[in-house]
Amino acid sequence: MAKTLTQEFTKGLWAEIPPFRLVLGLCPTLAITNTVENAYGMGIAVTFVLTFSNIMISALRKIIPPKVRIVAFIVAIATFVCVVELVMQAYTYSLFMKLGIYIPLIVVNCIPMGRAEAFASRYGVVRSTLDGLGLGIGYTLALSALAIFREIIATGSITLYETPIAILGASFEPFKFLVAAPGAFICLGLMLGIMNILGKK
Amino acid sequence: MLELIKMIVVLTVISLASGGLLAALRDGTQERIDNQVLEFVKGPAVRQVFEGVSNDPIASRFQLKDGDQQRSFFVGVFDGEPKGLALEASSGKGYKGEIGLIVAVDVKSDKIMGIGVTTHNETPGLGAKAKSDPKFAEKFKGLSTSGPVKVTKDGGSINAISGATITSRAVCDAVTDALGTYQKLKPQILEKMKAVK
Repeated sequence: MAKTLTQEFTKGLWAEIPPFRLVLGLCPTLAITNTVENAYGMGIAVTFVLTFSNIMISALRKIIPPKVRIVAFIVAIATFVCVVELVMQAYTYSLFMKLGIYIPLIVVNCIPMGRAEAFASRYGVVRSTLDGLGLGIGYTLALSALAIFREIIATGSITLYETPIAILGASFEPFKFLVAAPGAFICLGLMLGIMNILGKK
Repeated sequence: MLELIKMIVVLTVISLASGGLLAALRDGTQERIDNQVLEFVKGPAVRQVFEGVSNDPIASRFQLKDGDQQRSFFVGVFDGEPKGLALEASSGKGYKGEIGLIVAVDVKSDKIMGIGVTTHNETPGLGAKAKSDPKFAEKFKGLSTSGPVKVTKDGGSINAISGATITSRAVCDAVTDALGTYQKLKPQILEKMKAVK
């Protein structure tokens, strides 16, 4: 059970990578992975919220009475989500417009809530910070991987920052289906399958 | 009993701390956010309605009190003369909530120069055409600023977007409302516009 601190961090990158292994936080996974920019923007926002809510909750875990812990967790998570929202509006407004409703929806995303309940409320600040960072970065990587696949096949280009960069030549016929919601489900299904095959070894 | 008090105290302290943090952050970022909204939401719409403008209408804006509400006005200079005025308008009667607009009027001829939708939640492909289809905005060009603007179904001159009568009606409402504000504040507006070069 006792993991080293390094393992606490790296488990989020592979063994417990949120959308593929824990299968949590699927709403934004399906909705915003249509461009790479959206995907890593969302990932960074979730990483921030997850890390800081983990820090706050683990620091307060001995003070918070067990009966009201869920309320306290939600207050902590909602606070950091509002911080992200305000900062994004002030500094990266165009990204904020694209992510729109999915930023406030981080509050009800199962990842921060799940980590608060399952991890941060039981372990110390250092471990919880590493746990939050690891899972957040894992989530970012997973979203980006999904988005790279979807965006390249669906549009033939890739959006790293604001403007799309063409990757497949003009003769490429865009497979538009993948941008739409059903395409997201199919891509996620394929990814989950690949992860299961790789995980069997 | 002791547990109850502890619960109340802990939750109150946590809520107070997070409330305080957010209030401070909001204060700190308010100005930047307002500027970002100007640049990304209102700016493109204002530049679009002021085609061929020679100044920066976002920079030459002023505020006036309309009742107890502050309203922003953007001034456009054409051929060395400040004759374009853009103001914000909104209607809550859209198909899915509020629609925000920029309405530009020519203060010399009292005609509408153009309109541009800034914010909306309308259905993609139907109501969203109010923003994406320039042909719809085109219909408002040249209308008089005195009368109310209506869709043809209500006896007006605007052909509604097919499949989106509610959206079209809300846009007309917002334009009518903006024209009302313009007429009401016209003396003050003209006074302020003289100062713009």
